[in-house]
Amino acid sequence: MKDTQFIPLPSLCTHYKIEMSFFDGLSEYGLIEFISVEKTYCIHQDKMADVEKMIRLHQDLQLNFEGIDAVFNLLEKIDYLKSELTTTKNKLKRFEEN
Amino acid sequence: MAFIDYYKILGVDKNATKADIKKAYRKLARKHHPDLNPNDKDAELKFKQVNEANEVLSNDENRKKYDKYGENWQHGEAYEQAEKQQRQSQQHYQRSSGAQDFGDGDYSDFFESMFGGGFGQRNANVKFRGQDFNAQLQLDLKDVYTTEKRVLTVNDKNIRLTIPAGVSNGQVIKIKGKGGEGVNGGPNGDLLIEFSINNTTNFKRDGAHLYKDVHLDLYKAVLGGDITIDTFDGKVKLNLKPLTQNGTQVKLKGKGFPVYKKDGQFGDLYITYTIELPKKLSDREKELFEELAKLQ
Repeated sequence: MKDTQFIPLPSLCTHYKIEMSFFDGLSEYGLIEFISVEKTYCIHQDKMADVEKMIRLHQDLQLNFEGIDAVFNLLEKIDYLKSELTTTKNKLKRFEEN
Repeated sequence: MAFIDYYKILGVDKNATKADIKKAYRKLARKHHPDLNPNDKDAELKFKQVNEANEVLSNDENRKKYDKYGENWQHGEAYEQAEKQQRQSQQHYQRSSGAQDFGDGDYSDFFESMFGGGFGQRNANVKFRGQDFNAQLQLDLKDVYTTEKRVLTVNDKNIRLTIPAGVSNGQVIKIKGKGGEGVNGGPNGDLLIEFSINNTTNFKRDGAHLYKDVHLDLYKAVLGGDITIDTFDGKVKLNLKPLTQNGTQVKLKGKGFPVYKKDGQFGDLYITYTIELPKKLSDREKELFEELAKLQ
């Protein structure tokens, strides 16, 4: 894996004007995982969309870590239910057609 | 350009205190936040309206101006013209000197004409990930039996797409970085393509399994013998057992649909036999059936 896939946490703090403690909190709640690259904690770029979502939820809605965790769990459930609904609708088609 | 009642948007009355406005804003922001309502355009629009209303009503100066002109804000605009021009030239200077042109598209025409474009509490230097684009691709069931390459045009850009065999109706695939451009150097959003698969065949599909009804005449069902049936990719010869009952189901292993992203793996084809009785009998046939009935 190339190093460019990993975004150093200090850069993220500067970029989003957010304190390191915020990322520490996310990590403590198991919401993100740090990867150490050359003694610097980093986040994998594939996780950035989630991290940005967490930052927005924190900044726009003043959600704390528990709130962010709850939201992510519920969004995961919604995704699962949506895919279940699609599968069920597709199954139902077997009996609806003709 | 329609007048926008920001008080109505936040659900507060005109005498609402700053605390009331903050409370109403927070409640509505939590309800309509796009991250909590993925792929919901209505929620996105409402969130923008709520934000806009909050930006006006939570700021004393802007609220005063909004309250002063209210529905007749257009008449008041003339008085503000000179001030606005001055502000616009100042903005132009700021933008060309590197400050962010923050979210022009995020504000209504009403807002921009009254307050001269975006402003707000957010930090103008923050980079934002681009918007995710949603597209729907309509395909026939036959199109997704094999892996296909297609070129899609999304927002005037050609995107080469490989559609894996076995993709399902309603399935969404994400193409990274092909959504809206990031703001202020932020990463691009993603392109989310939802497949709408139209089935005009006489096969019914459930995941990778296919189902088909095969009609048999009475004599074939009673006596058995060879029959040829159509599978999705060709004909297959089957040996029908004598005295096959109506509704009998037969599984043809591996004759179903390709399993998504599993090369060479196929589901099964389930054949259900439907036995059709003769609709008309000759006198001789009737005689023979009566004889048969006596034998029973």
